[in-house]
Amino acid sequence: MLPVVFRDAFLEGVRKIDELIEHASIEGDVAKIDASRLNHKEVNDLMRECVLKGAKKLILKNVCGQRYIGTRLHLPEGKKVEIEIYGTPGNDLGAFLDGHRIVLHGNAQDGVGNTMNDGEIVVEGRAGDVVAMAMRGGKIFIRDDVGYRTAIHMKQYMDKIPVLVVGGTSQDFLGEYMAGGMVILLGLTLEKLKHRAYYIGTGMHGGVIYLRGEVEKYQLGKEVGVVDMEEEDWKTLEKHVGEFSSYFGYDADEILAEKFMKLLPLTKRPYGRIYTY
Amino acid sequence: MRRKIPDKEIQACALFGVMDRSGRRFGGDIAITAIKNMKVRGNGLGGGFAVYGIYPEYKNYYALHIMFQNASREAKAEVEDFLQDNFDVVNAEEIPTNPEANVIDPPLFWRYFVAPQKKGEEKKLSDDDYVVKKVMYINTCIEDAFVFSSGKDMGVFKGVGFPEDIADFFMLDELYKGYIWTAHSRFPTNTPGWWGGAHPFCILDWTVVHNGEISSYGTNRRFLEMYGYYCTLFTDTEVIAYAVDLLMRRQRLPIEIVAEIFASPMWDQVDHMDEKKKNLCMALRMVYAPLLINGPFTIVVAHHGEMFGLTDRIRLRPITAGEKGDLLFVSSEEAAIRAVCEPDRVWTPHGGEPVIGRLNSREGELNEV
Repeated sequence: MLPVVFRDAFLEGVRKIDELIEHASIEGDVAKIDASRLNHKEVNDLMRECVLKGAKKLILKNVCGQRYIGTRLHLPEGKKVEIEIYGTPGNDLGAFLDGHRIVLHGNAQDGVGNTMNDGEIVVEGRAGDVVAMAMRGGKIFIRDDVGYRTAIHMKQYMDKIPVLVVGGTSQDFLGEYMAGGMVILLGLTLEKLKHRAYYIGTGMHGGVIYLRGEVEKYQLGKEVGVVDMEEEDWKTLEKHVGEFSSYFGYDADEILAEKFMKLLPLTKRPYGRIYTY
Repeated sequence: MRRKIPDKEIQACALFGVMDRSGRRFGGDIAITAIKNMKVRGNGLGGGFAVYGIYPEYKNYYALHIMFQNASREAKAEVEDFLQDNFDVVNAEEIPTNPEANVIDPPLFWRYFVAPQKKGEEKKLSDDDYVVKKVMYINTCIEDAFVFSSGKDMGVFKGVGFPEDIADFFMLDELYKGYIWTAHSRFPTNTPGWWGGAHPFCILDWTVVHNGEISSYGTNRRFLEMYGYYCTLFTDTEVIAYAVDLLMRRQRLPIEIVAEIFASPMWDQVDHMDEKKKNLCMALRMVYAPLLINGPFTIVVAHHGEMFGLTDRIRLRPITAGEKGDLLFVSSEEAAIRAVCEPDRVWTPHGGEPVIGRLNSREGELNEV
């Protein structure tokens, strides 16, 4: 027989808040948290505690791999806070984020802004796979490159239109199954402004992708088409690229002087006839 | 008599690999700290390490690490008779373990340093092929015995537990120094967590750690059986270890080609390649279709002088590479690299493109720290 041993890895040894509080110092409405000795649940518990104690700004130092940072900060009275992070947070940074602002001084891993509802995430570095997965509101700004499946199934409803601006380039499946919202890819890390990504917009059926630079037709998914940029599009870009540039020290006019491609889905129901006749 | 071998197994995990490309040997601290940083990716049902350059005093002998389930004396006696008949055994000892370590129900671990003693027809086999054949015999025909490491001057240490517990159990940080360390934390989803099923998987000095599930396992396994490799360890990753041995050792293909076989580009990408590359990709698909690895995977493969990381062609599992001086890192997460150093650079390759570390200096120049 094969010996099988079960253990609970995830919440192992999580300490109570009164033991954690020594890792935070609150001065006025600013709380500083040293995350070096905290696991992901403890970091989030402590962040919540600091906010309940009156902090409006959280500064997290020595973050290294803790997941879901900013996720459990939904507050009934709708208070919004600013979270500044030093280090490398783990996956799902700002998952389900509801109105707070996160500034990360460093690189992010996979799943930034997963199912985010509102607020803003600014990453001064690169990010991993599935950035803005199922994002439904708010804004994300990534300074450098992103990985696979960026903005997968991003969506929008009424006035909630999520915006993702990526300064660098993306790997494959950008905007896969995208159902709404806006992705702006600037290609600032590329030498020749030719993106390498394949399968851009595969299964896309809503929203829009603006792509600075060039891709070949065969790099696009079958479900998207390239349309001409119009006056309104440039106005939209000016707004979001302007904001991006102000965060990372770029010249927006210089960025906007290049050619942009606008990608739209060809149909709202690309697979509507797959399972029925 | 052949033991019953199960049909299909799959799983998912955390990987880490570090290589000093100058050949400098270092302790387990980096690999243990890094894999521990990714603890949430595993669940304590498997952890393991492969370390290269640990037995310089026996570097001309194959180091067989063998586990005996249920501390079976019959299995041990049978294995030892078999080894005496087929090898010169220059040293045999129990692998040192820490009785205080936080592991449950470990099997008995022994290691044997051996030189092939070929007879008759078997004299035609290379030493390596001979060892593969004998390892396959033990793994398929001797109940309760598993050879889980069989290379020279390297070793696999693995079991049921979190990786840091397994490191503590085998006292890796105290006892061993190597120039490549790969590590694995397991989260078995569809298969039992048992000592033999932990990663790395090893044949000769080839080791594989893997995150993902291989949906082509059946096809891959049947193809490898034609070349004398038998899967016995109740998990899918085993096929990759045998596939790299077949392709890279026996057929001498470089990793750049093996990557095109395991993670061959999609046909619509092949359509847009230049003629030469297109012909190569099509030829590889025709010859090696049964070794296409389908399903999500990230692997870190090592053998003496080389370590590489590779993902499936649409990167359904994560990988981050990093460098600091001579050190090359491959990891499931960037934070694990940053937990052990401030890297000079980090990057993420496209799906199906290997990250390769090779030794700058050859074995004779290996230095102790």
